[in-house]
Amino acid sequence: MGYNAGPLKIDPMSASIAPASAPPKAQSDFAVELADVTFAYDRRPVLTGISMQIPRGGVVGIMGGSGCGKTTILRLIGGQLKPNSGRVLVAGESVPDLDREGLHLMRRRLGMLFQFGALFTDMSVYENIAFALREHTDLPEELIRDLVLMKLHAVGLRGASRLMPSELSGGMARRVALARAIALDPMLVLYDEPFAGLDPISLGVVGQLIRRLSDALGITSLVVTHDIYESLKIVDYLYFVSEGRIIAQGTPAEVRASGDGFVRQFVDGAPDGPVPFHYPAAPYRSELLARV
Amino acid sequence: MFSAAAAGFVHALRRMGSRTTTIISWLGYATRFSIAVIRETPAAFSRFSLTMREIYFSGVLSLVIILVSGLFVGMVLALQGYDVLQRYGAAESLGVLVALSLVRELGPVVAGLLFASRAGSAITAEIGLMKATEQLSAMEMMAVDPLARVVAPRFWGGIISMPLLAALFSTLGVFGAYLVGVKLIGIDAGAFWGNMQAGVDFRYDIVNGVIKSIVFGVAVSMLAVFEGYDAKPTAEGVSTATTRTVVESSLAILGLDFVLTVFMFRGVA
Repeated sequence: MGYNAGPLKIDPMSASIAPASAPPKAQSDFAVELADVTFAYDRRPVLTGISMQIPRGGVVGIMGGSGCGKTTILRLIGGQLKPNSGRVLVAGESVPDLDREGLHLMRRRLGMLFQFGALFTDMSVYENIAFALREHTDLPEELIRDLVLMKLHAVGLRGASRLMPSELSGGMARRVALARAIALDPMLVLYDEPFAGLDPISLGVVGQLIRRLSDALGITSLVVTHDIYESLKIVDYLYFVSEGRIIAQGTPAEVRASGDGFVRQFVDGAPDGPVPFHYPAAPYRSELLARV
Repeated sequence: MFSAAAAGFVHALRRMGSRTTTIISWLGYATRFSIAVIRETPAAFSRFSLTMREIYFSGVLSLVIILVSGLFVGMVLALQGYDVLQRYGAAESLGVLVALSLVRELGPVVAGLLFASRAGSAITAEIGLMKATEQLSAMEMMAVDPLARVVAPRFWGGIISMPLLAALFSTLGVFGAYLVGVKLIGIDAGAFWGNMQAGVDFRYDIVNGVIKSIVFGVAVSMLAVFEGYDAKPTAEGVSTATTRTVVESSLAILGLDFVLTVFMFRGVA
């Protein structure tokens, strides 16, 4: 896991520090592999030399400030973007090389929870969960009903199946989106800021659901977030991304004990540090004294 | 001095080149999008319930504004037409005047403009909001093509609705003219309907009018789905896209109407 970058080189499953030269695991052990991935929007670089390996069945977090390229990593894994260079593998398949049909097949084994749920607003909770089942299977309606109720029961919202998305609270919408993400029993679920805008109770519920569902269903989970406290509770391993690079990585225990400036700023929530409080600007004094 | 002027010229040339390539790139994107939507046509018809739903939203929900506008346009046409025709002793020709005006021009054009404002803007806003709230991305990540599931049914729903709405607009317009001309002014009903029947040619007038409304339906529906799909995923982006749909559709209808009229009725000139 993560043999290529960052000051903390730690095996996420064993919580032991792995040397940078440790031999890589067999390819089949990893649900997702990124190798030296570089990506730019037009000419603006977003990711530079990102390498990470997500083991099957693990819950791995990617942390970093807003705009550091976290969501771009998810979009590369989901095939919505293509890297400028480097390899993106999902279950051993090179995502950028997949044709339209291959991409569809890969995405059927993948679930994604979007930042604010992205529920279909013209469909009820039930219809949202049933959507993928109806699109991709020929299951009879009775079986779809049972599956939908099972997924909703898993997130504690079986009683809300008739509600419309506009009638749900933020936490409930996120749980419905989670049920929808696992509707087709995916091998990998990508979470884009699953804790954003949630109250503390909902935040804890969603966090525990991610962990419990991953363990119970054997799903690999990749959680992009900037909520350090919640992610430390549920992940096996964390990557820290800043300015398009992985600058640190390790298990929750390693992260808590880390002396790295960036990691400490994140853990302590310090307003200033390696991530500066002030946006780059001309010297304050000279700007104030300058003639308009 | 000379070098400054040369630098300014080069800068202006660069800006012009940049804008030209941007426009060409946008046109290329729009063309590719249109082809992709047309390629998804089988999806819109193999699951016709999706297209039926869009016919309901674009067509049935536009009925009130189309029918009321048609009725009033017909009534006003009758009043204005009678005022002119009776000066030349041709008041009995009111029926044919109103029918030709509506079937050839006003029906397709005004119904098209109303359709763009009512249904086109709604289609753009809906698709734009789906994009802004990541519903289209969610669909894509669920291995469901948004072009097939969301865009193509709306596109075809618009195309099917538009000629039906234009026909209803013209029908209500003729009925409005009948109310004003026959019931209010007192023109002979037999002359009103008889002249209309004799003066309106099915192939030359009605079919050409239907062709116009189908062309307007294609233009408005394609612009509406494209602007929605291409909208910036922000509140301002969706609002701008909605406005652009109405403006571009209106201009497209007026421009296409002139071109089609030149080809369809060129024997008149």
